[in-house]
Amino acid sequence: MKTKSRILLLAAALMLISLYFFPIWNIDLHAPQYPEGIGLRIWVNQITGEKKYDLSNINKLNHYIGMKPIEPESIPELNYMPYIVGSIILLGILVVLLKRKKLVIGWIGIIILVAALGLYDFYSWGYQYGHNLNPEAPIKIPGMAYQPPLIGSKQLLNIKAVSLPGVGGLALGATILIATAAVVTDKKGKPDDAK
Amino acid sequence: MKKIILILFAVTLSAVFLTNCTQSGETASDIDAAKKVYVAPGKYDEFYAFLSGGFNGQVSVYGLPSGRLFKIISVFSQNPETGYGYSEETKPMLMTSYGFVPWDDAHHPELSMTKGVPDGRWLFINANNTCRVARIDLKSFETAEIIEIPNSGGNHGSPFVTENNEYVVASTRFSVPIPEKDVPISSYKENFKGTLTFIKVDPNNGDMNIAFQILVPGIDYDLAHAGKGPSHDWVFFTSYNSEQANSLLEINASKNDKDFVAAVNWKLAEKFIAEGKGKKMHTVYYNNFFDESTLSAKANKLTSVTVLDPKDCPGLIYYLPTPKSPHGVDVDPSGEYIIAGGKLSTVIPVHSFSKMLEAIKNKDFIGDKDSIPILKYESVVAGEVENPGLGPLHTEFDGKGYAYTTAFITSEIVKWKLGTWEVVDRIPTYYSPGHLCIPGGDSEKPWGKYLIALNKITKDRYLPTGPELCQSAQLIDITGDKMKVLLDFPTIGEPHYAQAIPADILLKNNKKIYELEKNYNPSAVKSEKYARVERKGNEVHVYLTATRSHFKPDNIEGVKTGDKVYFHVTNLEQDWDIPHGFAVKGANNSELLIMPGQTKTILWIPQQEGVYPFYCTDFCSALHQEMQGYIRVSSAQSSVKISFN
Repeated sequence: MKTKSRILLLAAALMLISLYFFPIWNIDLHAPQYPEGIGLRIWVNQITGEKKYDLSNINKLNHYIGMKPIEPESIPELNYMPYIVGSIILLGILVVLLKRKKLVIGWIGIIILVAALGLYDFYSWGYQYGHNLNPEAPIKIPGMAYQPPLIGSKQLLNIKAVSLPGVGGLALGATILIATAAVVTDKKGKPDDAK
Repeated sequence: MKKIILILFAVTLSAVFLTNCTQSGETASDIDAAKKVYVAPGKYDEFYAFLSGGFNGQVSVYGLPSGRLFKIISVFSQNPETGYGYSEETKPMLMTSYGFVPWDDAHHPELSMTKGVPDGRWLFINANNTCRVARIDLKSFETAEIIEIPNSGGNHGSPFVTENNEYVVASTRFSVPIPEKDVPISSYKENFKGTLTFIKVDPNNGDMNIAFQILVPGIDYDLAHAGKGPSHDWVFFTSYNSEQANSLLEINASKNDKDFVAAVNWKLAEKFIAEGKGKKMHTVYYNNFFDESTLSAKANKLTSVTVLDPKDCPGLIYYLPTPKSPHGVDVDPSGEYIIAGGKLSTVIPVHSFSKMLEAIKNKDFIGDKDSIPILKYESVVAGEVENPGLGPLHTEFDGKGYAYTTAFITSEIVKWKLGTWEVVDRIPTYYSPGHLCIPGGDSEKPWGKYLIALNKITKDRYLPTGPELCQSAQLIDITGDKMKVLLDFPTIGEPHYAQAIPADILLKNNKKIYELEKNYNPSAVKSEKYARVERKGNEVHVYLTATRSHFKPDNIEGVKTGDKVYFHVTNLEQDWDIPHGFAVKGANNSELLIMPGQTKTILWIPQQEGVYPFYCTDFCSALHQEMQGYIRVSSAQSSVKISFN
């Protein structure tokens, strides 16, 4: 592989470090009573509010519709996701050292697979929270579910939920794009040191 | 004939035009004023204004230029709306050496200052009747501390601050025997004394302590202001009744041509204290703190104060003769001019600080009073403002070289130029202004945009409400050559003085909630799982939590008639603007209004058997009406055990 492609690849791998510093996904809730905003931030290892008390305040609001409180400690994925991301970064560095294009393609495949599984997991948690409602909830609307959108916006009673990738999620996407670009551009030139 | 028709037509047209004008009642000038005070829905005012409540003992918070009321801060008077002065956490705030005093007469709000400019940390205010000074925290807009002023007959000339809050000062309006003793009132001249009190303010947390008091001749001390810039080390106090009358003062204290402004050098006072000239005097007074971490107050009894006698302290005080029964004393932004409102005088005398220093150096005295040198009027006066209106009381400044003085009797505000002393504009007010307020108008750097006239008489200005009328404030635009009234707005209680500050300075520090994790009230319950009821002898402690939309516990049994039931209610919310209320039937004191993260306690002593409802009084949520509970009260002999769920 060309040096330029390898540098791109290394950058793509290192970009994943940002997942430890920025949320992967943002869910912002818009309601008339929250001019200051209220929202959730999904990180590689935790779920927090946009502001300090947002998570507990969202749980407090959700109890009216019978949604289970969101307790980050009860979501096991948050425990092992940091290790998976770490492993992907190390694999990426290894691939850069090994200079094998097939391995690079394999690495990209792994990232896409993990991202897809992550999204599916996020969707299924959203589904569970949105559908498994306490039958004794004060507010019951037949046929109404409160699953937040995977991506995009959705009106849930008085609240408009907007779900979009955060900086971490965008970095993950960028990693895939840059790594793919590294592979694609590498085709055109001759390998620097092909064996 | 044609002509006549034409004229008739013209007359009709103009009549129609005129009626249109008067029907809407608005002139172009009114529309301009309306625009200037219009704050669009959802937008913020430019200034916070703090108006004293006078006889209601509180402070009200308004926005300028809209004149909208935001809050009434409980200071010296109990407030059953929030439980202030009724809850166990706040009762100690109102303790004094005269016992629990649940009201007062609050006159002068004063913002804390840094380098002579309001800094937005605290607001001080005096209690005139049972002499006290309070400090309000401007993060939470709640009273943080109250200190009693011993050896004072009436704390009117207070609480004025020096340029960096080195001291908050207080002077006694009524001279009294010091220490208090049983003497004939007619022995005034022999036995009565006044005090000037200097309260030290801790620059870190604002804690107030009486540093020293100066024992002064027994006359009536009225108002005060600290110096600025070159006069930084000095504080000026007005006085009246140099006649030392003890009855029918309106006649007997209006005889002398001149009374005094007392100029006190506090830097020198510190030197005398350091030299040991201060004498410890036994007295009793209270200093009450509201602890931010326990969210509850403690009343501390103190028994000693340091007193300076001017006889032992040469150079500490000079009297500046001032016509005639002066009320306000105001120092211009440069610190050079000291303006006294001689309420019975036909001119406003302006003293010069530099001339005063010169006169002191030259010993230009015309005599002394109890060893306090009296300076020669002609040697200290910088000028006199002629024709200032009758009954001049108070002066503030716009920072552009002009002073504005209220004239009570002629009911107007008079604008005049510093240095030339000429009146350049005057505007009527409705009616009879006492104090006036320009944002930062008594500081080194006024924000000279608006002026509020605080009128004492309202009469026909608003829809009448029987014999008792609201008080009236008037907002005046002072940006142009001519003053212009923009707005009348009614006020709460009887505002004496007001202070205003740009909203931005306070907005950045404004507290939204009390953090539950930092609530160290010993009765706090931070989670529903710890909510409980405990009996200790004839006391029952209910540790109650409130959150949308229920109390925990909400069914309580085992209480007996005559039990002292303490409801310790913690609001578990950590969301902005979600207070909960607590009220129990037959409460002889008050309800509670509990902010997010706060704990408040109210005592309830049921006298009759039965089942008593309790409920949330603040419409907290869609299911607020469901936020209720019951407490069963059995006979004193009953064997019902404490139970709850």
